[in-house]
Amino acid sequence: MSRPVLLLARFLVSVLASGCASLAIAQSDSIRIGLLMVKTGPFAAPGKQMEDGLTQFLRERNYTLAGRKVELITADTAANPAVAKTKTQELIERNKVHVLVGPLAASDMLAIDDLIRAAQIPIIASSAAAEDLTQRKLNPWFVRSAGSSGQISHAMADYAAKDLKYKRVAIVADDLTFSQEVVAGFQHVFEESGGKVVQKIFSPISTPDYATYVTQLKPNLDAVFISFSGANGPRFLKAFGDYGLRGKVAVLAGMTTVDEAILNTMSDDVIGVLSSGWYSAATENPENRKFVADFRAANKADPGLYAVGAYSAGLFLEQAVIAVNGKVEDKQAFMKALKSVRIKASPRGEIRLDDYANPIVNAYIRRVERKDGRLMNVVLKTYPNVSQFWSYDPKAFLANPVYSREWPPAKNLE
Amino acid sequence: MHAWAVQTFNSVAFAGLLFLLASGFTLIFGLMKIPNMAHGACFMLGAYVGYSVIQAGLPFFVAVAAAGVALALLGAIVERVVLRRMEANEFAQVLATVGIGFIIADASLWIWGGDALQIPEPAWLRGPVRMGDLVVPKYRIALIVCAAVAALALWLLVDKTRLGAMIRAGVDNPNIARAMGIRVSTLSTFVFCLGSALVGMGGVLGAPIISIYPGLDFDMLPLAFIVVILGGIGSLAGAFVGSIVIGFIYTFGQAWVADLAYVILFLPMALVLIVRPQGLFGRPAA
Repeated sequence: MSRPVLLLARFLVSVLASGCASLAIAQSDSIRIGLLMVKTGPFAAPGKQMEDGLTQFLRERNYTLAGRKVELITADTAANPAVAKTKTQELIERNKVHVLVGPLAASDMLAIDDLIRAAQIPIIASSAAAEDLTQRKLNPWFVRSAGSSGQISHAMADYAAKDLKYKRVAIVADDLTFSQEVVAGFQHVFEESGGKVVQKIFSPISTPDYATYVTQLKPNLDAVFISFSGANGPRFLKAFGDYGLRGKVAVLAGMTTVDEAILNTMSDDVIGVLSSGWYSAATENPENRKFVADFRAANKADPGLYAVGAYSAGLFLEQAVIAVNGKVEDKQAFMKALKSVRIKASPRGEIRLDDYANPIVNAYIRRVERKDGRLMNVVLKTYPNVSQFWSYDPKAFLANPVYSREWPPAKNLE
Repeated sequence: MHAWAVQTFNSVAFAGLLFLLASGFTLIFGLMKIPNMAHGACFMLGAYVGYSVIQAGLPFFVAVAAAGVALALLGAIVERVVLRRMEANEFAQVLATVGIGFIIADASLWIWGGDALQIPEPAWLRGPVRMGDLVVPKYRIALIVCAAVAALALWLLVDKTRLGAMIRAGVDNPNIARAMGIRVSTLSTFVFCLGSALVGMGGVLGAPIISIYPGLDFDMLPLAFIVVILGGIGSLAGAFVGSIVIGFIYTFGQAWVADLAYVILFLPMALVLIVRPQGLFGRPAA
């Protein structure tokens, strides 16, 4: 009963809020960027990082790209697909944006996919990771600045099987498309490298207590691979420690589980967790040192994947806008420029796009440690030039079904 | 055998949490017929208040008490200022309490931010304890004890004291109770405060396990509903038995068929509603 009431109320609130929003459209000479982010609800923390990441980029460029002023218009999707659709329509039709950045959640992105195709508005997805958007269901107006869900888990699996020599791993993850894709990528490479996934549990997104899941893990595991968002990760790790498993079974995690956006709200239960990501705030390179220092000064927090994804979207934009001499109104040329972006140096290293508009990037294997009084993802190993297809041939990879709960099939369950 | 023992323990611990969550709801509904839709928000607010008290350097159980007092005060204000005006109008009450729930949730987001927050349990309750070949967390044992104490105290209050007799009289027939000189109106405020205080304390006690985050309110509300509807709305014994039944069903459901955890959770409620609409311990509607 509560859910419909909640949705209705959210809808009403969003309608009211948009009614009050300024109708002003800036003078025609500025480039208008629409940012689809989240200000309310459980995803408010990562949503804020998106906005902070992009505004940091624009501040650095003094809100000017290729000599044209840039105007940023933000919209709160509340991580609700219906709201995302309305807001996107508004940004396109009322604010007449030239390009969109965001949204946060894959479900939002899938909801606005048709809208983007119809309106032919370039969009740079700075975090939405749904695999098929850059695989089997390509949208000509879509470029990703982050990475696909399974892309980075491949590296984690390789590291677990080859460097750590793990053989038996259990998987526990949110029962959400995103996490299903993350763990499928892990399982795919881990089992092809000789490991066995002996248990797979998908827990409901609102699981108040993980005791049941933690206590039914199989014996003699080398590790458990987890993929959670928001508060579920810390809750799982808490129960994991409470039942005496911490230190006995290693914990490997998907990127969002220990993202910097939430890492420092966690307790020391999280220390020692290994994860793979396409970014770590602790990455040692000059661009990142400056990026993190500025971000910390402005926001009193470490940047995580959402912040750096949005910042990367800014870098993409800059290069493409310069390539078309600021003429973003020439959509075809602008889109072509976006797709051929190549960033030589960024906080996360070199970024270039594959033929499917998904970045080929560094994958970092990270370990949570406490340094200078805060929790950090310390980089243990860097895999350079990781594509969404890992070491597989793209054609063969795409001939398989998309990563999901069922694919690749788990053949070693006990 | 071992797996059974562990999951049985988990079930009882979860049942303890459920009872702390649901008893306040059923108490309020029993006397005042108000389905308090803000109940989940009160649980969350209690946890947030507890968090701030602990951040201020005070011990865990002081934080529990502080959350109880804070929520009792809030309950008094809500009952006197808002709900009093819409007595016996259930639709208005539902809408008003939904609204209050939203206000609490948004105010919490404003004050405590969108990040998930952790409340650490007291140091002496941290970590696991070994019982034979069973490894169980100390804190969950403490949680079971707290819930048992709360259940016992409520039972004594309602069944053995003069105040309890007055509350029961008010539930049975408010008009006659009034005629007998019982101040049902003051009693209502008291019960609303007590229910709110209980759920506020439950929020702090549950936080070391479930943590605190925006959205916690609407994650907990359905659980309170299920327990209360299964047990019989307004019945404390019902909430007690309902908590245990749901605690077991939920835990063993997750252990056996993780994919259907939610189906298994709601199925018994649906069945009970079909066979016995008033719940296990409820009385048929007049």
